[in-house]
Amino acid sequence: MTKDKELELIRILEHHGRIGTDVLAKMLDENEDNVNACMKKLEDEKVILSYAALIDWTKVTTEDHIAAMIDVKVTPQREVGFDEVAARIQRFPEVTALYLMSGTYDLSVMVEGQTMEGVARFVSSKLSTLDAVLSTTTHFRLKKYKHDGVVFNQDEKDRRMVVSP
Amino acid sequence: MSQNTVQPKTKNKRLSRAVSNIEPSGIRRFFDLAANMEDCISLGVGEPDFVTPWNVREASMAALEQGYTSYTSNAGMFELRTAISEYMLDRFDVGYDPEEEVIVTVGASEAIDLAVRATIDPGDEVLVATPAFVSYEPLVTLSGAVPVPVAADASTDFKLTKERLEAAITDRSRAIILSFPNNPTGAVMNDVELQAIAEVAEAHDLLVFSDEIYAELSYDTEHTAFSTLEHMRDRTVLISGFSKAFAMTGWRLGFVCAPPDITQAMLKIHQYSLMCAPTQAQHGALEALRNGRGIVEKMTNSYRARRNYIVHALNEAGLSCRFPGGSFYAFPSVEVTGMDDETFAEQLLKEEKVAVVPGSVFGKGGEGHVRCSYATSMDALQIATARIEAFVHRHAQ
Repeated sequence: MTKDKELELIRILEHHGRIGTDVLAKMLDENEDNVNACMKKLEDEKVILSYAALIDWTKVTTEDHIAAMIDVKVTPQREVGFDEVAARIQRFPEVTALYLMSGTYDLSVMVEGQTMEGVARFVSSKLSTLDAVLSTTTHFRLKKYKHDGVVFNQDEKDRRMVVSP
Repeated sequence: MSQNTVQPKTKNKRLSRAVSNIEPSGIRRFFDLAANMEDCISLGVGEPDFVTPWNVREASMAALEQGYTSYTSNAGMFELRTAISEYMLDRFDVGYDPEEEVIVTVGASEAIDLAVRATIDPGDEVLVATPAFVSYEPLVTLSGAVPVPVAADASTDFKLTKERLEAAITDRSRAIILSFPNNPTGAVMNDVELQAIAEVAEAHDLLVFSDEIYAELSYDTEHTAFSTLEHMRDRTVLISGFSKAFAMTGWRLGFVCAPPDITQAMLKIHQYSLMCAPTQAQHGALEALRNGRGIVEKMTNSYRARRNYIVHALNEAGLSCRFPGGSFYAFPSVEVTGMDDETFAEQLLKEEKVAVVPGSVFGKGGEGHVRCSYATSMDALQIATARIEAFVHRHAQ
């Protein structure tokens, strides 16, 4: 497959991970075997990391689902900068996302848990106690409006006429 | 002679002869049939399935908040005309003077009407490459002129040929209406093919009304603006708008670029009939041109993938379908079912609840084909093509 088509494949899969390879082949005007081979290559190269569904958990469970974004200031380590402390933090199962940031703090840690106490315990007993961590500021997420480009609770109907010029 | 010029059996004395002589759009009947049908999947929609980009909507609202509620100049905001001029030069390599050669219109539809009325006299003939957008022939008739369809049908890959055009020319021929990428066929014509048409236009001193509303939706080749062809700038009226590229159909905002004598004549009609295009829409359009180009590219990429899908799926379903190079329509033949296009579309709607538009409503060259718009979701396309496949298998001869 050409580089352009490979890029097109990635763009489609980013938003429609479940789409069948037969449909993908038609969309790309390509042979299905080539699509399968390209997907395998992208998986092997770790370009495609997983095929996930974006879930609005508020609609399927009554259990509490707490998420927090924690701003973390750290002391960078000689030779490895922020990478070593980041590697330690990302291993905690509570951490769902981790980014190195510019600005007033260094790492942005996304944590998800069942209870606010659980998240607080993680911050106080695990995150803050790391040697390189200088300070933390925790922000609890109150509501999710948009995630990964997808608007939650969107109810935009197709308002077009059924047949038009 | 076009069917639109046939005299009605009985004339309502309160109506003008011109109006009595034209039929309502054939699309209307299918709208009425499909409108109240539940679970109907529509491939009959001739407009983008995207909502106008947010920055465009926001700019229009901001204009309202700031009190931009009065008329603009007849030709449209100078700022917008300048942006149109820069856009045409940058995107399609054709420059127009925003002062004298650009008019902002109420949709490309008004621009077509203005072009015909400003340049054509009663009794003149206007050649229309068909199948074509449903308005062209009636607008010619309403101006008192005579539309002369020239087949750009399946036998020429839905392209207009020099030979067919020349065969249709008479002493009364004054202009040609072209639209590539085409609605309903999706056909595009490259610069070499268009140059052949340009040579005929020059040889017979014809004006060319080039409706390039789908120019941004050209998938495999760069769009050629007709006025960039040799000697064509002075005899071309370039018509375009914001509806298709920027998903702004309901805003009714188009524009026309032409030599000053033609635009000034068009402006007379525009100023007496409509005064100017809506002000808030013009502010939105300005934002679209300034900051909407990346969004157009994203939408075009999405249409391209859906085009690929539907063409393969229709062919697998048994309907022979060429790869359209532009717009957002596939135009398969329904010959395999033995039905004419009207019957096919009506039966498909009744049996499978899939709305398509019969090709014959776009002119004689569209007979035996149906227009399938792929400006709809991939989910809808998959269901629709599966239903079409079931229908064709039941009726294939």
